[in-house]
Amino acid sequence: MNKFVKFGLPAVTLALLGAGWWLGLAWAPPDREMGEVQRIMYVHVPLQWMAMMAMFINFVAAVTYLLRQSWKTDAMAEASAEVGLLFGTLGMITGSIWGRPTWGVYWSWDPRLTSEAILLVSYTGYLVLRRFVEDPEKRAVWSAVVAIIGAINLPIVWFSVRWWRSLHQVQSSPKTVDPQMVLPLRVSAFGMLALLIVFMVHRYRTALAERKAEVALPEALPTDDPALRASHSSKVA
Amino acid sequence: MSAPNAKRRPGLLATTLVLLRKDLLIEWRTRARLNALVFFAMATLLLFSFALGPDTKLLERNAGGYLWLAILFASVLSLGESFRVETENACLDGVRLAPADARAIFLSKALGNALLLLALAVVLVPVMVALYGVRIVTGVGDLAGILVLGSLALSAPGTVYAAISSNARARDVLLPLLLFPLVIPALLSAAKGTTLVLQGDPMQQLGSWQGLLLGFNLIYWGVGFVLFPRVIED
Repeated sequence: MNKFVKFGLPAVTLALLGAGWWLGLAWAPPDREMGEVQRIMYVHVPLQWMAMMAMFINFVAAVTYLLRQSWKTDAMAEASAEVGLLFGTLGMITGSIWGRPTWGVYWSWDPRLTSEAILLVSYTGYLVLRRFVEDPEKRAVWSAVVAIIGAINLPIVWFSVRWWRSLHQVQSSPKTVDPQMVLPLRVSAFGMLALLIVFMVHRYRTALAERKAEVALPEALPTDDPALRASHSSKVA
Repeated sequence: MSAPNAKRRPGLLATTLVLLRKDLLIEWRTRARLNALVFFAMATLLLFSFALGPDTKLLERNAGGYLWLAILFASVLSLGESFRVETENACLDGVRLAPADARAIFLSKALGNALLLLALAVVLVPVMVALYGVRIVTGVGDLAGILVLGSLALSAPGTVYAAISSNARARDVLLPLLLFPLVIPALLSAAKGTTLVLQGDPMQQLGSWQGLLLGFNLIYWGVGFVLFPRVIED
């Protein structure tokens, strides 16, 4: 693994997130209506942006896989779905923490929240499918099909706050928030992007290694390499 | 059925109809699936009234939702079954070698499933009238439209996912897990539409729910038609 990816990128991530959150917690002014509570935006909004981006990468990887079979795009699809689900779930948790003091409830059946919940459940189904199919080639094709069908939800989630005006506010972006909140939001978002890249790179490498082991390892042959033997026996089990 | 030279190979529509006829014939000869579905769905409708207590007002108000939940639960059984008959004795390979276009297999399976769900829905409506005391306010034509569009909407994505999960481990868990989140828009609009048909539609909202169902159908029949050949390729 090259040095920058192993040490440099996590360091950059920590620095950006540290700076962004310090700016958000200590430097930016509290919101006029929501007060200090609003500061959770610097975590919640970047998390949701990155979840969307990861799920979009998943869609692109799935389409690419169907056009040109490659273990790399399959590994990318697996990595992005898992990381996207993680970020999306964290985004939903931070959102409900924000919702309790501002809306009075942790959860409301608002179109944005509902469509986001559907999205997360459908990516859970995608990941379950990946676990339940043993043949790597079939798994790759089927999960690509499921990913493409599931991705129809993505634009629905994104535009839901515009189509149905309801409880959830329209997306926060540097254009809609006060100039003093723009800097912390931007820095936190780039920090979260760096975190996304760190997670994706690691998960992608793991997925690719798993795939190579699955495809290349002769089923019956004993191996001397303990690492390979472990992966072999876990696959059989 | 097809001649060795490619010119006389039947077209997509002809192949679809032949396959659909085959599936319906299998269904007609045994009638096992429809019978099972009807009793399963009736039991579900009955269970809703037990779970909620004998409050007829409540049952009547939510009848549209219960009808579509019963159909959705039954559809999971039906969809799984529609590919089980093909996995036995590698029948699907036989059909592919026939040679049938994979897209025709999708169309025939999805249409067959939709017909079965529609038949189920038609049987369930009188049961609902008896159990929940509902009345059909805006007319039978509106109800028929919602039932047709709703059955089609459940069967298109359901057929793709049933083909996938029929070959996977833990297929009984997998199909609902994949299908339920996906069909929420269809379920919502079918249930709302049915409720409007049963309780009157003073605000003229029925058209927009039918439009949503139609859009859902167009998207998923299109996506299924394009992607299904990749699902069953070897």
